[in-house]
Amino acid sequence: MSHEQTHTHAHGHHHAHEAPHHHSMKHGFWKWLSGWVTTTNHKDIGTLYLILSLTMFFYGGGMALLIRLQLFEPGARFFDPNFYNVLVTVHGLVMVFGVIMPAFVGLANWMVPMMIGAPDMALPRLNNWSFWLLPFAFTLLTLSLLVPGSGPNFGWTLYAPLSTTYGPPSTDYLIVAIHLMGISSVLGAINIIATITNLRAPGMTWMKMPLFVWTWFITAFLLIGAMPVLAGVVTMILFDRHFGTSFFNAAGGGDPIMYQHLFWFFGHPEVYIMILPAFGIISEVIPTFSRKRLFGYEFMVGAVAAIALLSYVVWGHHMFTAGMALGTQLYFMYITMLIAVPTGIKVFNWVGTMWRGSLSFETPMLFAIAFVVLFTIGGFSGLMLSIVPADYQYQDTYFVVAHFHYVLVTGALFSIFCAVYYWLPKWTGRYYDETLGKWHFWLTVISVNVTFFPMHFLGLAGMPRRVTDYALQYTTMNMVCTVGAFVLGFAQLIFLYNVLSTMFGKGKKADAKVWDGSHGLEWTLDSPAPYHSFTTPPTLKLISNEVEHKFEH
Amino acid sequence: MSEQRSHKKVIIIGGAAAAVMFMFCFAIVPVYSVICRATGINTSAPDTSLITPAELAAMKKPEDVTRNIKVQFVAVNNMGLPWEFYPRVNTVIVHPGKNAKVYFHAKNTTSKPMTVQAIPSMTPSESLGHFHKIECFCFRQQTLQGHESKEMPLVFQVDSDLPKSVRTITLAYTLFDVTPKATRKQS
Repeated sequence: MSHEQTHTHAHGHHHAHEAPHHHSMKHGFWKWLSGWVTTTNHKDIGTLYLILSLTMFFYGGGMALLIRLQLFEPGARFFDPNFYNVLVTVHGLVMVFGVIMPAFVGLANWMVPMMIGAPDMALPRLNNWSFWLLPFAFTLLTLSLLVPGSGPNFGWTLYAPLSTTYGPPSTDYLIVAIHLMGISSVLGAINIIATITNLRAPGMTWMKMPLFVWTWFITAFLLIGAMPVLAGVVTMILFDRHFGTSFFNAAGGGDPIMYQHLFWFFGHPEVYIMILPAFGIISEVIPTFSRKRLFGYEFMVGAVAAIALLSYVVWGHHMFTAGMALGTQLYFMYITMLIAVPTGIKVFNWVGTMWRGSLSFETPMLFAIAFVVLFTIGGFSGLMLSIVPADYQYQDTYFVVAHFHYVLVTGALFSIFCAVYYWLPKWTGRYYDETLGKWHFWLTVISVNVTFFPMHFLGLAGMPRRVTDYALQYTTMNMVCTVGAFVLGFAQLIFLYNVLSTMFGKGKKADAKVWDGSHGLEWTLDSPAPYHSFTTPPTLKLISNEVEHKFEH
Repeated sequence: MSEQRSHKKVIIIGGAAAAVMFMFCFAIVPVYSVICRATGINTSAPDTSLITPAELAAMKKPEDVTRNIKVQFVAVNNMGLPWEFYPRVNTVIVHPGKNAKVYFHAKNTTSKPMTVQAIPSMTPSESLGHFHKIECFCFRQQTLQGHESKEMPLVFQVDSDLPKSVRTITLAYTLFDVTPKATRKQS
């Protein structure tokens, strides 16, 4: 992201305002490259994360379009079934580990130090390392597609024995890639915890932290708790494949069902790793464009903590049909339903924030409102899935596909769009093109529903997921899904153009406040934000008075 | 300086927590089998071969001729294992407290020696603690030369503490090919 060479400034030391060498190729390509490779600046690393995420978004999105192409009509005419399975597997892995997670980590890198009044992240070198592991991880993942025999073809869940006894040779590449991603996430999480616990500006107490900081703080604990379990379980797969162990091999006294237990013990916290930062973003954006304070701040923090705790004890709802005692099923059913309570608190408070606010509908706010509505739909289909007897019917159908795309696309991804539009003027010093932003929003929100809403009906009608071909009666709905998917895919080019043109200097200049109702420490810095955020700790009086004046009537 | 130190503390605690979670993943493996055995969730618990003193006492109870328990046998080859494998009788009717003996027929249809392991599974789960195998081919791996066949015995007893509601017990064996591992061990 090109930082402007010329900007006015009011904070910090002199060196904070010199554009670093690697922000342009003026000093030569190698200076530029080594600058980006060795950078320890939180903004640079945040930018790298976001660019990686954007690249992976089109990579995984391209695979999604190939999947929809194959499913346009029955007959499986485009790819052979195995390649289709590879597409489904890698699409899932790329979207989860390559798009959603790096985007949130990138946002945390950019925003957390600015929001808490810190000069940088607490552990800058670790930060550099945790980013630069990722390009290698995704190169390995891509290489696994080219390994003779077949790419990974067992779904993103890597269920044993598909990944052990029947796994193609490329599985080993995938396992190492997952290890790298896991190390990267854990290091990133430790860094974020260190930053938030140690580097808050004087006067920023725990209950004064912006909600995005709170949600990331809790997410970091989820990462530390969950990612090592994934690392452990893929290590067991590696052992079963090469060292003759029988963790998941029934012939040797192991149990493939145990794989599912361990995987989902990671997998369910992972789901909340991908949604809690989204909650934080929405809780920043809605107050800004409602020109009110966030309604029920304490309850929002409590709800996030409650969701995080519950996420560790509900994994069994992913495997109701895998064979489970009746009492265990009942426990998982009720405890899963319980998550709807804190989630409901959050939705209620967002609506409460908008209630009687003076709303304006810039692109970030549009995405935030769409998030609240559509994420709630995804939450409701999740509640339907939590009911054991109903789940027996929905399990492994397109209903599940519809559910998790509603929470991940219209949930996590929408919140990322929302965050990018919201903070892009702060990052680049320029407004994005509002008209293009609105086009992007409306095309996306319509096509996302055209793509994923019919999948509910397909699932209820019995179409199984992960199939390369299907029965004739599902044709119409699948055609609708595919048309929607292509509109959705190509609408993202508007986003790409809008972001890139703003980065490279098109668009109206933004002042420090950027938005009429913006609040928080990050808006006291110039736009674009200086290379080093707060070299002297800011005073909180600056913002607390402002909030009282502006929003309390 | 104090700030540096507190970063170190976070790194140590965070890193230790991550390491603990990694080990926790492996610690779950024995915990998992203990839970499965204790609750009887996993009907193929490998330790069904061991007869505990309590079970022995239950087995010593006199034969209950008033009850007839139907025991059904199922044999399955795992994923295209090229063996013939089936029970000589599909069903026997036994009185609780009396030993019974049945044979399973196994034949290696390939020309190479192969080693297999049979993994049991039993329904209903209420019968798990009351069905005792005194002798079973599933206790150890079975090796047959190419085209060799064998009648493999199973001696069992259903004890008279079996819940009254259970009238039929189904015992299923799945035959797994463990040849590659066995050869690796020998070499």
